[in-house]
Amino acid sequence: MSVTKAEKNTLVITADGELDHHTAAKIRKEADNAFSGDTRNIIFDFSKLTFMDSSGLGMIMGRYKKIQKKGGSLVIVSPKPQVKRILEMSGIMSIAKIEPNIKQALKRM
Amino acid sequence: MKNRFDMEFIGISENEAFARTVVAAFTAMLDPTVEELAELKTAVSEAVTNAIVHAYPEESGFVVLSGRIDGNTVYITISDNGIGIADVDKAREPLFTGKPEEERSGLGFSIMESFCDSITVTSGLGEGTVITLEKRFGGSKGEI
Repeated sequence: MSVTKAEKNTLVITADGELDHHTAAKIRKEADNAFSGDTRNIIFDFSKLTFMDSSGLGMIMGRYKKIQKKGGSLVIVSPKPQVKRILEMSGIMSIAKIEPNIKQALKRM
Repeated sequence: MKNRFDMEFIGISENEAFARTVVAAFTAMLDPTVEELAELKTAVSEAVTNAIVHAYPEESGFVVLSGRIDGNTVYITISDNGIGIADVDKAREPLFTGKPEEERSGLGFSIMESFCDSITVTSGLGEGTVITLEKRFGGSKGEI
């Protein structure tokens, strides 16, 4: 799990392993610490995420609300089938774009 | 095949992954598909998280996890002795959350319903909550 700042006022949040209520709390804290006034876009790199439940959805929505007011973009990188299925159930797919890697995701900004 | 287990653990968030792992290992006996196992693990995670987040607002209490295999069907029961749910029908509505301030998605019960063949919820104020998830598996090892 890591949070880094990339070009184009973008925060890259990488979650690996399992994203549940326990790990979502850690990511939320780290992401909000890295969030600054010029943060406009968020990329979630889920390429190494093997599991997610609805607590992960809550964490994603919470971060999205922070950039929504600024008209920023939300991109999710390479979610595995189980993760993608949960995302589809939530309606997040209608606001987020899916890309195969971070390079492509940054092009979307 | 018939089998069962019973265990209890403290309702702390570290134990969410533990509960999923136990259920996955127990269910592996039925030779499930990756998708079937992912569905049951997700449903269990939702029920256990609900118990941990909502049942014990003052001090962490115990969560009881039980599993039963009967033929091709797995029954997983998650119960607590916490505050209970005032209105179960309301709690099961999609997007309803009892803790809007905590970024909960309100999709826990919807996911349990989608990923299992049936779920039953028994609860009352001050009486704790019992959730039973029932899921049939297609694996041949489950045949009696």
